[in-house]
Amino acid sequence: MKILVCITHVPDTTSKINFTDNNTRFNTAGVQFIIGPYDDYSLARAIEIKEATPGATVTVLNVGPADTEPTIRKALSVGADDAVRINAEPTDSFFVAKQIAEHAKSIGYDLILMGRESIDYNSGVVHGIVGELLGWPSVSPVMKLDIEGTKAKLAREIEGGKEFLEVNLPFVAGCQEPIAEWKIPNMRGIMSARTKPLKVVEPVSVDSGVKLQQFELPPPKGAVKMIAADNVAELVTLLKNEAKVL
Amino acid sequence: MPVLVFVESAEGKVKKTSLEAVAYAHAMGQGVTAIALGNVDKEELEALGTYGAQKVLHASDSKLNDGIIQAYASVLVKALQDEQADILVLANSSLGTPVAARVAAKISASLASNVVELPNTSAGFAVKRSIYTGKAFMQVELKNQKKVIGIKKNAAEAKAVGLPVQATPYAVTLNDADFAVKITSSEKATGEVLLPEANIVVSGGRGMKGPEHWGILEELAKTLHAATGCSKPVSDMHWRPHHEHVGQTGVKVAPQLYIAVGISGAIQHLAGVNSSKCIVVINKDADAPFFKAADYGIVGDAFDVVPKLTAAIKAIK
Ligand SMILES: Cc1cc2nc3c(=O)[nH]c(=O)nc-3n(C[C@H](O)[C@H](O)[C@H](O)COP(=O)(O)OP(=O)(O)OC[C@H]3O[C@@H](n4cnc5c(N)ncnc54)[C@H](O)[C@@H]3O)c2cc1C
Ligand SMILES: Nc1ncnc2c1ncn2[C@@H]1O[C@H](COP(=O)(O)O)[C@@H](O)[C@H]1O
Repeated sequence: MKILVCITHVPDTTSKINFTDNNTRFNTAGVQFIIGPYDDYSLARAIEIKEATPGATVTVLNVGPADTEPTIRKALSVGADDAVRINAEPTDSFFVAKQIAEHAKSIGYDLILMGRESIDYNSGVVHGIVGELLGWPSVSPVMKLDIEGTKAKLAREIEGGKEFLEVNLPFVAGCQEPIAEWKIPNMRGIMSARTKPLKVVEPVSVDSGVKLQQFELPPPKGAVKMIAADNVAELVTLLKNEAKVL
Repeated sequence: MPVLVFVESAEGKVKKTSLEAVAYAHAMGQGVTAIALGNVDKEELEALGTYGAQKVLHASDSKLNDGIIQAYASVLVKALQDEQADILVLANSSLGTPVAARVAAKISASLASNVVELPNTSAGFAVKRSIYTGKAFMQVELKNQKKVIGIKKNAAEAKAVGLPVQATPYAVTLNDADFAVKITSSEKATGEVLLPEANIVVSGGRGMKGPEHWGILEELAKTLHAATGCSKPVSDMHWRPHHEHVGQTGVKVAPQLYIAVGISGAIQHLAGVNSSKCIVVINKDADAPFFKAADYGIVGDAFDVVPKLTAAIKAIK
């Protein structure tokens, strides 16, 4: 079984977000990059499936410029077998999905796992677009995934609960916790990741239907009003008359 | 040319976020056709008119009772054609977002999700969307003639602007290939206020010390007709169900009022609540980072403050 895991290279969740060039570029100064947390869950599950399935392989893929390679190596260090980097600055979801779909067609995977959403653009759509481009079913957000031969049993989250699903391979899933626990690379993993194959592929050309105009930061938050613990009635009054939320 | 709105429902009732989508489309000013799929109550469908739909289509085939992404996408594509609509608006949700993706791919539409404001059409067609998990926004131009717009909760206010309309039955030919995914069973929280839809959220963190202490939060939530939420460690330790976990890797909420009790305010938690209108923080540590993101704060012990707060709210009701 061949599994493809698509990972993003995104600012660490504690990063301060800033922009440069007249608010048209993300400011990478001082920012640590990580594998997208949801992608990291899908990667962890892919590796568990591989370990339980003789002959299974896990390939990781990122659409991004060369600076994403340390993030890709990190995915190799937790157990992926090889990697593909599609050498392009991702411009929009459709562009990324098209690159992934073209690569997938050229290889023939049995399963494609992604995160439910990226934590930079938060679109939550790349898996659905890839599914459509390949003519495969897509499911998201998936919180449980078990493969039984050519069939999969899944649970997906719905507002206020979950649903249990069945689908035959191949399909695309957008994953989230608690599908698996994040894997932490060990020393041996880190060493072996250095020599695992990382193939760089040039992108196919895509007409993007979405164009960035500019980024914007939210207005700063006003100061907090503190209320004494023995005066909760005051809080209720403020919520009612000042904030008008009761 | 009307804007088509996909209306989501659960247990026959239209979701509040879908009413917001109808209101958003109405405010675009070119007329609204709403479409609902599967089992939806008649009065609920009619009420869509009140929120701004001129026409309501109802594809009532029972095969559409389950939220099957591919089948829903195919029906919406057909409806866009039949209504000669170029724009689809829907609410971002665990079902709406993946459906939007497949619709956009089928018709080569420009796609934007998590949109927070009405489109700016002064030059071209641009929308503002929330990114970096609420830490920033981006203005994007949607260049294609066809567009799919997913709106974030609270992007529009659902309010009565028109009169009820009679729903039109909408016949569809369903394709078996669209039903490759089968729903075998489900587990739903019933009788509670759903977290993503709630106007008020009462959320507890590790400071609550254990699941046995959630009674005081549930009591406060009940008094406020609020949903309950929690921090990630709380759901990781199974003190609370996973679907209550709020934050970067959990549910993103945008209520009128978010009350955080015994939550330190880690940046990953804040990422899920930063769209709330008003935030109240109760924490025994005056240096808890959450206070910096709060509108009102009380330094105190949850086990002392929460019951008093519940009593004070009951007193004004
Ligand atoms: C990639 C990543 C993603 C993450 N995603 C999320 C996410 O989506 N959501 C999330 O919540 N976290 C997330 N986290 C975890 C996050 O970093 C914090 O660890 C977590 O939010 C802390 O939860 P807490 O505030 O409940 O616990 P703690 O940090 O332990 O805080 C408990 C608080 O309770 C207070 N307290 C203790 N006793 C009392 C009392 N009697 N009365 C009043 N106050 C009391 C303490 O002063 C303290 O401030 C993520 C972490 C990572 C690395
Ligand atoms: N540039 C990229 N390279 C590889 N995979 C990506 C990229 N962007 C998004 N994805 C995948 O698509 C998922 C959903 O992303 P999004 O639709 O942007 O929220 C992510 O969690 C990744 O698995």
